[in-house]
Amino acid sequence: MTIAAWTFTLVALSFALYIGIAIWSRASSTSEFYVAGKGVHPVANGMATAADWMSAASFISMAGIISFLGYDGSVYLMGWTGGYVLLALLLAPYLRKFGAYTVPDFVGDRYYSQSARRVAVLCAIFVSLTYVAGQMRGVGIVFSRFLEVPVDLGVAIGMGIVFFYAVLGGMKGITYTQVAQYCVLIFAYTVPAVFLSLMITGNPIPQLGFGGADAETGTYLLDRLNGLHDDLGFAPYTSGTKSTLDVFAITLALMVGTAGLPHVIIRFYTVPRVRDARVSAGWALVFIALLYTAAPAVAVFARTNLIDTVSNTPYEEMPAWFSNWETTGLIAFDDANGDGVVQYVGPAAVDGAGDPIMNELTIDRDIMVLANPEISGLPNWVIGLVAAGGLAAALSTAAGLLLVMSTAISHDLLKRGYRPDITEKGELVAARVSAAAAVLVAGYLGINPPGFVAEVVAFAFGLAASSFFPVIILGVFSKRMNREGAIAGMTVGILFTALYIIYFKFVNPAANVADNWWLGISPEGIGALGMAINFAVALAVSRFTPAPPSGIGELVESIRVPRGAGEAHEIGA
Amino acid sequence: MAEPRAREYWRRNIRYVLILLSIWFAVSYGAGILFAGPLDSMRVPGTGFPVGFWFAQQGSIYVFVALIFVYVFLMNRLDREFGVDEVDAEEDDAR
Repeated sequence: MTIAAWTFTLVALSFALYIGIAIWSRASSTSEFYVAGKGVHPVANGMATAADWMSAASFISMAGIISFLGYDGSVYLMGWTGGYVLLALLLAPYLRKFGAYTVPDFVGDRYYSQSARRVAVLCAIFVSLTYVAGQMRGVGIVFSRFLEVPVDLGVAIGMGIVFFYAVLGGMKGITYTQVAQYCVLIFAYTVPAVFLSLMITGNPIPQLGFGGADAETGTYLLDRLNGLHDDLGFAPYTSGTKSTLDVFAITLALMVGTAGLPHVIIRFYTVPRVRDARVSAGWALVFIALLYTAAPAVAVFARTNLIDTVSNTPYEEMPAWFSNWETTGLIAFDDANGDGVVQYVGPAAVDGAGDPIMNELTIDRDIMVLANPEISGLPNWVIGLVAAGGLAAALSTAAGLLLVMSTAISHDLLKRGYRPDITEKGELVAARVSAAAAVLVAGYLGINPPGFVAEVVAFAFGLAASSFFPVIILGVFSKRMNREGAIAGMTVGILFTALYIIYFKFVNPAANVADNWWLGISPEGIGALGMAINFAVALAVSRFTPAPPSGIGELVESIRVPRGAGEAHEIGA
Repeated sequence: MAEPRAREYWRRNIRYVLILLSIWFAVSYGAGILFAGPLDSMRVPGTGFPVGFWFAQQGSIYVFVALIFVYVFLMNRLDREFGVDEVDAEEDDAR
């Protein structure tokens, strides 16, 4: 079978599976629509959280980015896993005990304030909307490359699938499709990684293989790669070029941002008990770690393979995958010295006489995972599997984000805001309608992407880190924290982070170099500072304003103790 | 739960959290970032991994997973000790 036939078969099979699950798990009440009736087994919730969290960026882009950044790529590995420790120890159990449906629910009730609730709703919608546009775009790219349908049609097909199970099943449908999607995506990621590890190092476990010896030369693979980098004028792979402080700040912003993302947090509302919320975060990280520990291995294999294949090879002898990706514009070769040979070199490259060598090859980072099986000559079915896996990763994250947007509108704005008298049935209809509207908006953004999707993702993490995280932590760990402190902290934290990012990314991108950064912290890492400012402002303001009403102290006391989580309840309603 | 018991329960919880988060900080920000340079002069025995690089791209993630499960174990034990562990709804009614 050809690559296209395999891809079509595997993608069609996986889609049929998702639709089947959606029909089986329709939601019949708001509790089922918002939090799957709080009846999800912690291990299943762990899998669903892993699929929810690992997006097209994790599946398609991350190994590629690490492959080009080497050690500096570690910020993503640590940043996007370490946040789960914070979730399990500081957030998930208490939010589950609180037992509402959304993050703005907690903010609004703990800080006895509709303004705080609305600020939280705005943040939740903005963070989710920026994220979901990128997911839809990822769906379109996979379709266009592997099935040769136009990107727009690919986005439309993806929208159709998500529409079906998100609108029909709500959180219940999403949860069980995410479990299936996790299985598809982890299988699709692991199979090529194991193949590559066996081919290059002879060790079937990629996590061990990339620390082992190269099967051909017998030297350690990482030493060989550092040697290749040295010969070609790139910085050494295993030590970075970013400043230590910036690496520190970016890692912290990503960790805290992860713990503050509403679509991740609400997953922990779906389990039956507080102890399930704790252990569920553990399972989520186990399932995420399976991919995140394989990614740096894939990055090393891909980097070595790429250099071995293209470096100083005549352009005429390039394999078929090279021209395939050239037509998509994601690989570009410009024969600067006219010798017909590909010179792929770094900034420090010099020839025998000490003169600099021009780099002639530009490679988009995003193609490393998608092209890897072809570069290594793996069987056609593996290539089709990678396409199905990429789609699973993008669709599962999109669905989780859409649910956050729909609950923000039907629950936070209508039921708890402008229309408290809405009936259960009316709220469920409103939830379905807003989910449908969110799918359409996401699809529109996927077809007409704003030019800055990649930048905006950094924005989403920064905002989550500098807004939700401190407010929730203080709400649980400080009884004295009051409405005034929380609103002031959120507002100052968000504004500081947003303005810093907007200045360097949109107003004056030319100034976006390390010399101009405040304290040497890049816009990617500024959320860490925004979080610190939020904490400081909130604590200071709360000291000079009235203590919260007496009922709040009891609420915090009850959140801190597991017994009595039981059914969903509406505190203060 | 009586007031002093509740305070003691919370104090123990905070202590567990602080200890586990120190380890969280030490493996990622410590070994993986701040001291990665000096640690890279050593190898993880029997492999080609420089130690700092290994912590940044592998080790810290394994430790994160372990930390969560240790916390789960400690808290389940603490919940039982203070009689605030969750039981099934029917049993809860019987108490």
